[in-house]
Amino acid sequence: MNPGPALGKDLVGLEFLSADQIRLILDLADPFKEVSERAIKKVPALRGKTIVNLFYEPSTRTRISFEFAEKRLSADTVNVATSVSSISKGENLVDTARNLEAMRIDMVVIRHPASGAAQFLASRIRSNVINAGDGKHEHPTQGLLDLLTLRDRFGRIEGLKVAICGDVLHSRVARSNIWGLLKLGAEVALCGPATLIPRELTELGVTIIPRIEEAIAWADALNVLRLQLERMEAGYVPSLREYNRVFGVTRERLRRASKDLIILHPGPMNRGVEIDSDVADGPHSVILPQVTNGVAVRMAVLYLLAGGAPDWRSAPGEDR
Amino acid sequence: MPSATRLLDAPAIAETLGRMAGEIVERCGGAEGLVLVGIQRRGVELARRLAGLIEAAHHHPVPLGKLDITLYRDDLSAIGPRPRVGETDLPVEIEGRVVVLVDDVLYTGRTVRAALDELADFGRPRRILLAVLIDRGGRELPIQADVSGATVATTLADRVDVAVRELDGRDEVELVREGPA
Repeated sequence: MNPGPALGKDLVGLEFLSADQIRLILDLADPFKEVSERAIKKVPALRGKTIVNLFYEPSTRTRISFEFAEKRLSADTVNVATSVSSISKGENLVDTARNLEAMRIDMVVIRHPASGAAQFLASRIRSNVINAGDGKHEHPTQGLLDLLTLRDRFGRIEGLKVAICGDVLHSRVARSNIWGLLKLGAEVALCGPATLIPRELTELGVTIIPRIEEAIAWADALNVLRLQLERMEAGYVPSLREYNRVFGVTRERLRRASKDLIILHPGPMNRGVEIDSDVADGPHSVILPQVTNGVAVRMAVLYLLAGGAPDWRSAPGEDR
Repeated sequence: MPSATRLLDAPAIAETLGRMAGEIVERCGGAEGLVLVGIQRRGVELARRLAGLIEAAHHHPVPLGKLDITLYRDDLSAIGPRPRVGETDLPVEIEGRVVVLVDDVLYTGRTVRAALDELADFGRPRRILLAVLIDRGGRELPIQADVSGATVATTLADRVDVAVRELDGRDEVELVREGPA
């Protein structure tokens, strides 16, 4: 009778979604964009649902974006910001989640520094779990909003050439993008210092372009990743200035780009390091549309997951 | 075996819509200040035709809005595997105007309840009327149509299928009845 929810119980990563499921989310994001344009930016779709935003890592934009998405769907939200520093991570996470679950929450949005944390949690609680970034693993809603922004601009994903530039090694955004783009038929290249480009990703079918000038000449879109200051301290790059000189996306370098090239950045930007200010604010940039799309795809994901409400009767664990 | 009875054919639908257009204007005391708002999807096509008929008869532009009520439904857990949320687009401010909600079939009244909730989030119309092509009874809420094309007595197992040429390639209303004919 009921074929079950469209996405299953959780959204852990784009690796685990089919092309069809990804398209379903992107298609559904359009009507949610319209909701954010209304005078009263709110629909009652998730009225009565309780959502916990469980953030074990500092995050401003992702948390705010999720919170707007939740509130515009009329869900009740609680923010839990916590640090993992002194406690054994696994134990603490499960304890926290079980405590929250005992209060009968419907969904958990989790950000955690450990790769696999979202999957770990999803397999242990009955509430829906949405991964808002786990370590170097995935950040699926960021991947989805990047896909939506690309599709808005080009009308399609299939056949697009997308270069992901910068610190791919430490980037969950890169991984979610790679899975999503490949599933929808785009060509993906990675560009950055050899120390920050994991060779094994070529096994998934991505290519490596060593020079940023070549990536710019090849691509329809650049997804420019944030270079974290710690990478310099750890010796991955000699200096931020050197990085900008060799890999920075500058106006000078964009002279050779196609007119339609678009530039994405997951934020927050290091202006003058991986991207120059006049590029970030220039005609190629779609960085602000990305932010707008972020709320819409998160609304779509929340709505789809909520369609499969947690079933307290057949719950594992309650009677353990 | 299910049996299908045709309730209205294309000429009968055209005639019915013509009568409904007249009744709408009569009830509202003129075509001025009217906004027709169709409920996705067949209600939108019917509203478009009614607006055209009123414009032709009264030489007064009648704005057409679209309302998708999916996000206002009261049965989220029953959404299918591929929920389809259509476009909501109100081209004019509804504040202070007379809004005519248009749908193809009025049954439980739950869709209309959701549409009223959604309209309220866009503004406060002076008045809201409900116009439906078919009233099949079976209300679960205290909601009635102000203008209806035809009234049909149905049971729980019946289905009323409205086909419109814009979406289905033909104009037709059928009553589909399960069980022995």
